[in-house]
Amino acid sequence: MKKHILGFAATAAFAILAAVPAEAHRQWLLPSATVLSGDDVWVTVDAAVSNDLFYFEHFPLRLDDVKAWAPDGSEGKIENAATGRYRSSFDVHLTQKGTWRIASVAEMLTGSYTLDGKRERLPRGTTAANLAEKLPAGATDVQTAEASNRNEIFVTVGAPTTTVFKPTGKGIELVPVTHPNDLYAGESATFQFLLDGKPAAGLPVTVIPGGIRYRDQLNQIDLTTDAEGKVAVTWPEPGMYWLNVTTPRGPRGAAGEDAAPARRASYVTTLEVLAP
Amino acid sequence: MPNPRTIAIAGSAAGSAALLAVPAAAAPGTMDVTVTIPRLTVAEYHRPYVAIWVEKDGAKAKTVALWYDHDMKGGEGTKWLRDIRQWWRAAGRAMRLPADGITGATRAPGTHRLSFSRAQLGAAAPGSYTLVIEAAREVGGRELLRIPFTWPAAAGAGGKVAGKTELGTISLAFR
Repeated sequence: MKKHILGFAATAAFAILAAVPAEAHRQWLLPSATVLSGDDVWVTVDAAVSNDLFYFEHFPLRLDDVKAWAPDGSEGKIENAATGRYRSSFDVHLTQKGTWRIASVAEMLTGSYTLDGKRERLPRGTTAANLAEKLPAGATDVQTAEASNRNEIFVTVGAPTTTVFKPTGKGIELVPVTHPNDLYAGESATFQFLLDGKPAAGLPVTVIPGGIRYRDQLNQIDLTTDAEGKVAVTWPEPGMYWLNVTTPRGPRGAAGEDAAPARRASYVTTLEVLAP
Repeated sequence: MPNPRTIAIAGSAAGSAALLAVPAAAAPGTMDVTVTIPRLTVAEYHRPYVAIWVEKDGAKAKTVALWYDHDMKGGEGTKWLRDIRQWWRAAGRAMRLPADGITGATRAPGTHRLSFSRAQLGAAAPGSYTLVIEAAREVGGRELLRIPFTWPAAAGAGGKVAGKTELGTISLAFR
């Protein structure tokens, strides 16, 4: 098992534990409900990295970067957090009415440097703040690029609100045209995506319905954001959907390295589509 | 209590002897709704949560009745209101509960008659409306029925629909 993990880390370069979605694995946050009523409301969230959606069968998602934001913009509390072999789990007490955001956001640096005539990759966990200490003495020709990864969900108590969608201007972010907690099978929903605060045109968007284990086809919906960064999705059936937006990868050099580090960002959300 | 429809006619046509002579019976001001909740043979039965509301194109849905466990301690009963899912989207999620004259206790299987004035139905403007009734039962199913009606309405029996699972026959009458 250990060997497998090492092998995976080496080939994927960025291990999943760093919350970077590696190809062939999908990370997700799965809330117990997204549309809630009541006076004392809680949501439980499962967090994992898996092949099939939404089954915890590979790795837990690390909760270090997970935070919750209340409808009024204040930070909520992550409670009862636990990480097991295959999944992490935590609760959020939804003490305000409106739409909450629960997100794991990671900003890091990718890139490479030359040491003793050899090209080396920056280690996992490098950020702008710790670059100096992560670089070995004598490293030259350092090339870096920022990578922003956002994995978030929205849950609403009572009527949906939009304050938590105020963009931070970092990485890929979702701006609702259709509110993500107001989705129904057979209807179309439109979302706008921003990259560093500006409309993200031409980005690939992948939508996959959950329940993969019990069907033969992925039923993946492939979309591309338009000039305004918008995509429209028509939901074929009720259920939980995984949505992923990623900046395209640059061309690879002969040695399998990125030819040049480029701005990279990825976005993941889990959307609940209700029955009409 | 005077018939609101009659008042409206009298008010707008003040001075018209001909209109004032229209008999009150020709202008119903009340809608009676007969709701049947079926008796179900299941291992664990809970009375359904039921919402009744009125829809009109271009207008906000108007809730006229909501039956749920409104008296549980800690407001526990409100937790399941979102299971009346179309009502929750159309009206419930924006409402402050309990709502006066709307919130009520859950009802036992059997036939229940409710009466609504035209004002309660939000049907002041003449036109086409739909009465929607949705029932959701704990550890059970959910069903939604729609009955169109128009206002002004003719006195006597109105629309009627029969549910298949969580609701029995629902019928309207005007007086």
